[in-house]
Amino acid sequence: MAPLAPWIKGTLLTLGSIAVTMLGLLFITFIIGRVMPIDPVLAIVGERASQSTYDAVYLELGLDKPLLVQFFYYIWDVIRGDFGTSLLNARPVSEDIARVFPATLELATLGVIVGIVLGIPLGVVAAVRKGSWIDQIARVIALVGYSMPIFWLGLMGLLIFYGILGWVGGPGRVGIFYVDVVPSVTGMILIDSLIDGNWDVFKDAFSHIVLPASLLGYYSLAYISRMTRSFMLEQLSAEYVTTARVKGMSEWNVIWKHAFKNIRVQLITVIALSYANLLEGSVLTEIIFSWPGIGSYITTALLSADMNAVLGGTVVVGLIFILLNIFSDLLYKVFDPRAR
Amino acid sequence: MNLLDVENLWVRFPSRRGVFDAVRGVSFTLGRERLGIVGESGSGKSMTGRAILRLIRPPGIVTADQISLEGVDLMKKSEREMRSVRGQRISMVMQDPKFSLNPVMTIGNQIIEAYRLHNRASKSEAYAKSLEMLEAVSIRDPERVMRAYPHEMSGGMGQRIMIAMMLIPNPEILIADEPTSALDVSVQRQVLDIMDRLVKERGMGLIFISHDLNLVADFCDRVLIMYAGRIVEICDADKLHDAQHPYTRGLLNSLPRLDAPKDRLEVLQRDPEWADADSVSGRV
Amino acid sequence: MSDTTSWRGWLLSDTPTSRRHAKLSALYQGWLSFRSNTMAMFGLGILVTLILIALAAPLLAPHDPFVQNLGNRLAPLGTEGHVLGTDSLGRDILSRLIYGSRITLYIVALVALIAPIAGLLVGTVSGYAGGWIDVVLMRITDIFLAFPRLVLALAFVAALGAGIENAVLAISLTAWPPYARIARAETLTIRSSDYIAAIRLQGAGALRIITRHIWPLCISSLIVRVTLDMAGIILAAAGLGFLGLGAQPPSPEWGAMISEGRRFILDHWWVATMPGLAIFTVSLAFNLLGDGLRDVLDPKSSEK
Repeated sequence: MAPLAPWIKGTLLTLGSIAVTMLGLLFITFIIGRVMPIDPVLAIVGERASQSTYDAVYLELGLDKPLLVQFFYYIWDVIRGDFGTSLLNARPVSEDIARVFPATLELATLGVIVGIVLGIPLGVVAAVRKGSWIDQIARVIALVGYSMPIFWLGLMGLLIFYGILGWVGGPGRVGIFYVDVVPSVTGMILIDSLIDGNWDVFKDAFSHIVLPASLLGYYSLAYISRMTRSFMLEQLSAEYVTTARVKGMSEWNVIWKHAFKNIRVQLITVIALSYANLLEGSVLTEIIFSWPGIGSYITTALLSADMNAVLGGTVVVGLIFILLNIFSDLLYKVFDPRAR
Repeated sequence: MNLLDVENLWVRFPSRRGVFDAVRGVSFTLGRERLGIVGESGSGKSMTGRAILRLIRPPGIVTADQISLEGVDLMKKSEREMRSVRGQRISMVMQDPKFSLNPVMTIGNQIIEAYRLHNRASKSEAYAKSLEMLEAVSIRDPERVMRAYPHEMSGGMGQRIMIAMMLIPNPEILIADEPTSALDVSVQRQVLDIMDRLVKERGMGLIFISHDLNLVADFCDRVLIMYAGRIVEICDADKLHDAQHPYTRGLLNSLPRLDAPKDRLEVLQRDPEWADADSVSGRV
Repeated sequence: MSDTTSWRGWLLSDTPTSRRHAKLSALYQGWLSFRSNTMAMFGLGILVTLILIALAAPLLAPHDPFVQNLGNRLAPLGTEGHVLGTDSLGRDILSRLIYGSRITLYIVALVALIAPIAGLLVGTVSGYAGGWIDVVLMRITDIFLAFPRLVLALAFVAALGAGIENAVLAISLTAWPPYARIARAETLTIRSSDYIAAIRLQGAGALRIITRHIWPLCISSLIVRVTLDMAGIILAAAGLGFLGLGAQPPSPEWGAMISEGRRFILDHWWVATMPGLAIFTVSLAFNLLGDGLRDVLDPKSSEK
């Protein structure tokens, strides 16, 4: 057999490792769902079901088959996008997730944008002016962000900006008068209202999203600014920065055209990670703000022991994590000539 | 007239344990010549080079009675004015091209950038000029090199590119800070010859900083020997082997010589007094 | 007076007279450099106070944290006898906070024991054994790392049932992979060193090499990482408590207290605010302490 071209081999290896990670993820959720403690049959039929009903469901779920076979069934279901039906409302879990996911996406995206727009400049300035008051402030901002429970900060935000000052909309995505006013196209209400041209809904939706998004943005800012600072410090002491200065370049260009170019690659990874963390951080935030996203969905399902819904949500969030990883790897190759 | 006149240059670094003096009252002048600065690591030779370009970053402090470039004191210039001195009038080649070239920019862009910072030129003019400069440092296939990234170059090529980049704005003075120490012995000579040719052709002044006594003796016109932040001795390069100062003698004796083989080389004995003595002036 | 100076002299001696002397001297010098870090000392102070409060809870708490008094519910701050007010069942918030510190410390201590030890086991075995064992174990680690931690913990608790022990288990299950990575990296560098080869030539077995020679050297980097992770553990535990998946009522767990107070946030803000401040203070203290320890124990990765 002819040896494979290096890039084919590389791609195959990457694909293989992604497949293994995804299999592992499904295996863990499978274990949690089927093997761990609760009897999945009892969860469906209830405590008082007759033995014959129990047996019927037992066979229907394929629980008489060996575990490995059950696992393959499970994978096959997931590949077809079938996460089973919700025990709570008897609808397919995948439909529910498709419905709630855009709300989370909207919130997390806005949050990470806030984090990038404020966090990167803050981190760069903190590194350039290391030890100055602005560096100290950046350090405090990050420390507080690392130490505060997100759900508590959300409550305090609601109390101050909604309860006392009345600057922002309260919980929920829009006020009750605007619910379902604009047709759902993307599921993201800011975009939908723009498509519809309904300015009032947009303003109302914005007043509702601004607080939770800033909150998530603050957490991603804390992380992004810290990482930016330490990457930047490393680059600023590099010799090519001196070269740029020797050339007679202004300090601004030395920082942004030379040093910053060298941290783009690392920053991409940090941003992808931060985005993934926001999707997760939104679980608690969504509850505080009654935001009908995937976090609310998972927790509601959890409290009513709706395992299919919980695991469906977990798998989806896990897959997004993996996709974000792949995406940042790809961008890595675009921005770093050494990785090509 | 001298190109450069440095008088009583001090570089200090305040630290928790008091102030550390990296360069202590150094004075010298540079004409259109090749001036060598020799010393071991920590002797302040690199700091001297960087201080001339005012590249010592805070918390480091530079003071001098004057650092005059053709009669104009650089110490009195603002940071903005210094930028038109750097690159255009005084330039510097550093030790290792692996680190001194920006890894994520193409070589072409880095050279073009150096040219356009000081010359109003269109991109195509700058490109043509860069090709010419790369040819001047004996780079074959310069079009390909312009598109390449630094990690695709060998050390010797990288250093020639560095020289091209630093000489393209046509400066009057080049500071070469250990320009061959990171290179394979086989290409050191080649890089030096290229640098020497260009400096001579353009009538530039060269400050050649090195720890290698023999190399400097070979390559330079005049040599300053630095120890613990001071100049301990100055001599013409061809008379280096007649040097008087015990430190210089010690350095010379610790090197093997083909014309005077020895069974056992001497170990350098240091005298604390050398560090305390006043700096010898290298001004002419 | 002269006694203390001679102690200092002995501890700072350049020429230790015994192994223990050298060890103590190193410890003391670490302590000196740690002590000069004001913020880290501040964090340490808070944590010592917290531990004392937890130990002396019955003495310090002005009221029984479980006794309800519906006649005096939602009393505001500064009410006589209830400095921090009362909650929706008329229980004294200060007393509940004081008792809650025990739960917080309990959770943190357990996770801080389980996760690093599990990670250490996996990491050293993986690094020492190499080959396919290494590949498999690191794959598993990667899979866990690829998972969103809180969501995974939620799923675990959902399957295991709510409760403090299960919350501890769930958090540990999601917290071990970074430790495994660190321990493996350390093992790989130690394994190839000459003195390990020397010990192996003397006939030491794998078990002895791992437990006697590799583990002790992994400890300091693990300790730094654990301290830095503590804040995250506290926040995760509080999050689970807030969702009703950790400590169950009427237990005075801080996260659960916020969850209770949430319903009254607009009119009786202190009920949810006070436990949040407690969580914030403690995790801030851990973060400060972690930063300080990293500077002392692991200077190469410190930011300064």
